[in-house]
Amino acid sequence: MEYEPVIGLEVHAHLLTNAKIFCRCSTKFGAAPNSHTCPICLGMPGVLPVLNKKVVEYAVKMGLATNCRINDRSVFARKNYFYPDLPKGYQISQYAEPLAEHGRIEIETGDGKKIIGITRIHMEEDAGKLLHDERNPSSYVDLNRTGIPLIEIVSEPDMRSAEEAAAYLKRLHEILVYLEICDGNMEEGSFRCDANVSLRPKGRAAFGIRAELKNMNSFRNVQRAVEYEIERQRHVLDGGGKVIQETRLWDDGQGVTLSMRGKEEAHDYRYFPDPDLVPVEIGKDWIAEIEKTQPELPQEKRERFIREYQISSYDAGVLTASRALADYFEEAARQAGKPKIAANWIMGDILKFLNEDKRSVKDCPILPADLAALIRLIDDGTISGKMAKEIIDVMYKTGKKPGAVIEEKGMVQITDESALAKTITGIIEANPAQVEQYRSGKEKVFGFFVGQVMKATQGKANPKLINDLLKKMLSGS
Amino acid sequence: MELNELTIHELQKKLRAGDTSSTEIVQAVFKRIEAVEPRINAYITLMKDVALADALKADEAVKKGDIRALTGIPIALKDIFCTKGFRTTCGSRILENFIPPYDATIVEKLRQAGAIFTGKTNMDEFAMGSSTETSFFGTTKNPWDLNRIPGGSSGGSAAAVAADECIASLGSDTGGSIRQPAALCGVVGMKPTYGRVSRFGLIAFASSLDQIGPFTKDVEDCAILMNGIAGYDPKESTSIPQDVPDYRSFLSRGIDGWTVGIPKEYFIEGIDAEVSEAVQKAIKCVEGLGAKTMEISLPHTKYCLAVYYIIAPAEASSNLARYDGVKYGYRSPDGQDLLDMYKKSRSEGFGAEVKRRIMLGTYALSSGYYDAYYKKASQVRALIKRDFDDAFKTCDIILTPTTPTPAFNVGEKTGDPLQMYLSDILTISTNLAGIPGISVPCGFTKGGLPVGVQFLAGHLEEGKLLQIAAAYEKNANLEKRRPNL
Repeated sequence: MEYEPVIGLEVHAHLLTNAKIFCRCSTKFGAAPNSHTCPICLGMPGVLPVLNKKVVEYAVKMGLATNCRINDRSVFARKNYFYPDLPKGYQISQYAEPLAEHGRIEIETGDGKKIIGITRIHMEEDAGKLLHDERNPSSYVDLNRTGIPLIEIVSEPDMRSAEEAAAYLKRLHEILVYLEICDGNMEEGSFRCDANVSLRPKGRAAFGIRAELKNMNSFRNVQRAVEYEIERQRHVLDGGGKVIQETRLWDDGQGVTLSMRGKEEAHDYRYFPDPDLVPVEIGKDWIAEIEKTQPELPQEKRERFIREYQISSYDAGVLTASRALADYFEEAARQAGKPKIAANWIMGDILKFLNEDKRSVKDCPILPADLAALIRLIDDGTISGKMAKEIIDVMYKTGKKPGAVIEEKGMVQITDESALAKTITGIIEANPAQVEQYRSGKEKVFGFFVGQVMKATQGKANPKLINDLLKKMLSGS
Repeated sequence: MELNELTIHELQKKLRAGDTSSTEIVQAVFKRIEAVEPRINAYITLMKDVALADALKADEAVKKGDIRALTGIPIALKDIFCTKGFRTTCGSRILENFIPPYDATIVEKLRQAGAIFTGKTNMDEFAMGSSTETSFFGTTKNPWDLNRIPGGSSGGSAAAVAADECIASLGSDTGGSIRQPAALCGVVGMKPTYGRVSRFGLIAFASSLDQIGPFTKDVEDCAILMNGIAGYDPKESTSIPQDVPDYRSFLSRGIDGWTVGIPKEYFIEGIDAEVSEAVQKAIKCVEGLGAKTMEISLPHTKYCLAVYYIIAPAEASSNLARYDGVKYGYRSPDGQDLLDMYKKSRSEGFGAEVKRRIMLGTYALSSGYYDAYYKKASQVRALIKRDFDDAFKTCDIILTPTTPTPAFNVGEKTGDPLQMYLSDILTISTNLAGIPGISVPCGFTKGGLPVGVQFLAGHLEEGKLLQIAAAYEKNANLEKRRPNL
């Protein structure tokens, strides 16, 4: 039988606030265990949570960016379960009344564009981390992460392939990072994804039984795990078996998903509104204020770049990979007045340098203004493109301005017509045979003369000037 | 009169006049504690050394002219308030050795006002009870009759004031836990509006119902303590951001022309005849002060107990999940694995009543039952609140008995939780509605047990409560009695 996979993703993203969601402890990653804690995030008796308003602002930003309806009233609820990394015995989350609902984003795969629905976005606190000592054996708990603000973004079951799932995930990631509300670091767990996967006979509307996949800490693993799970379920169904509702963990080493717990062992979280917190009320004015601070999103930016700078869709994709890179490009393009050329230099040279050094564009020693200056120097004939290649290399290594590099190396292009004419005269006189060939119609020989002139001027002559003069002088006029 | 028998305002006068010192007052209090505490058991933890040291500091301050509202006054704290560096047990084995690294907001505020802490008072475990009998640290006895309970859950705080083991004390009230023991011990006890006094550092029982309030020897002291503890606290999301009036300014205003509502649902069968008689006298007294009384109806009263026993245990089941043996508090030494450690620590650390309520609450919140129990209860709670809103459109104050009966015998109701729960029947609605209430002594039974009358007012109308309570107290002409210990 032919099956259709149905996939929905739940994404958890750490928000980049300085303080935790319900206390003032730092959210910085990598501190000594339990050093970023206080009685509130430790869940001591008698403490109370107070909502960090920045968390709401960031969550609203994501809601707006994914075309959600922002609810004017949302409610924090307690999700009750016992685990040593959860000091209060409940996680403060949102349940019946989330912050944002009914959103959508567009993705693009080999099959074209598609809209994926966003069911909801809600705010919650993260739990701590357990560290196991296998030799002892005992477990330790680090509660630095407890109370770090998260948003959970739940998609509609709209994806039909692992490729779509990966494309959706990348799109979400890109938006979060663009909004500068999440660092998107999957290895450190600041961007995490669970996937619900089920199969149904093609053409049938009802969903099949789903498995929830966890523990996939890279885009690639999400795609691999979903692919594996689709095949696993297909195999089960084809064999006459039934898929059971369960949670499965991705095992990266083996490249398989393994059962973690079944439906019977599923928790009853006993959600109820947290009486220690008041409903979150978001007025239209506040939303309008937040809207004003929204940056241009990657998709809009790409479309604008194609339209405004006449660059290819591929180039626009590369140049909008991050907000910083897009800003870099736009600044250089504006100052140089040559967007396409700026794009070529950035993609051909600057990104190569940065990638080799694993450096961010924000730390690039060549400022957009310097790149623009270099482009203008080529444009006005001061230097040749070949020289520029050499210059940009030095600029990157030393952080010097193009003018300074040119001066140091004495690389100024020869644009003095009479001086160049003298050189050409010498070359014509020294190569009568080639002149004869050229004049008899063998225009290929022209390249030979250009090479000779370049050699004689050590590449410093303006190529356009060489061309013009050579043509004139060879024709004997 | 011994110093420990005086009120805050009387002692303040003496301190200002230089007639006594804080050291003398604290010494008098501890002398009394040493004499009667073996029979009363009002305290779980005494803080004598610190109190004496603080008294010295207070005396220094007085000499420098730095006299604040509570300077040098020994006050007892229910053992539900976190006190930095001093163990805070909440009456439970599970917190037997818990020492908080922080002070509750009210503890900070009282310290700021100059108060001296005598110790931490006994209470029903996690404030779950009406008799102080569920405490892990033994029952507190009623100073008026040592065979009887002092009420609860703040029984230790009420008994300590009644027995002059402190000048005043603080308690918490989730369904009557201040007003009921105040009535049974013959002292004044107020539960303020929900959100008026910060809950930060109050160990939570039922977060949407808990509120902190004072136990005092008279109404003026109640106003003084309310001045000290009320006010907005940015550390609490449900705190009310509104200025606090000077509560003392209400004390002498009188109630001429007021309308006092008498809810018929609170004068029903099951109210002890002697309690009824004392409250009827209070009604007469209030009428004599120029107030008009009228019968009113709070039609949803019959659902209060049911609603309370869904909402309070539901919240408690979640609030008490943090006591799991992992981070602080009691951990069973016998846990074989994580689940076993959880089970044993909680089974051994909690008493029977706490376990009963955790189970009740867990059940009420369970998937499939939430709508029928918790959600329904929340809806009915809104109706109960509306009853009061409607009532306060026609009257200034509502007057009821505080408790259906005077203090009952130790052990009398421990075998029958429902009978125990019924002893809060007249106080629970106040917490569900979030409004303030006060219990004021209104006489004694023939057997010499105190009876209390309860006044209720609208949202943030503590001033009105103090106004009527002070007028009543002044004109009731009650016989001045002290428990014979």
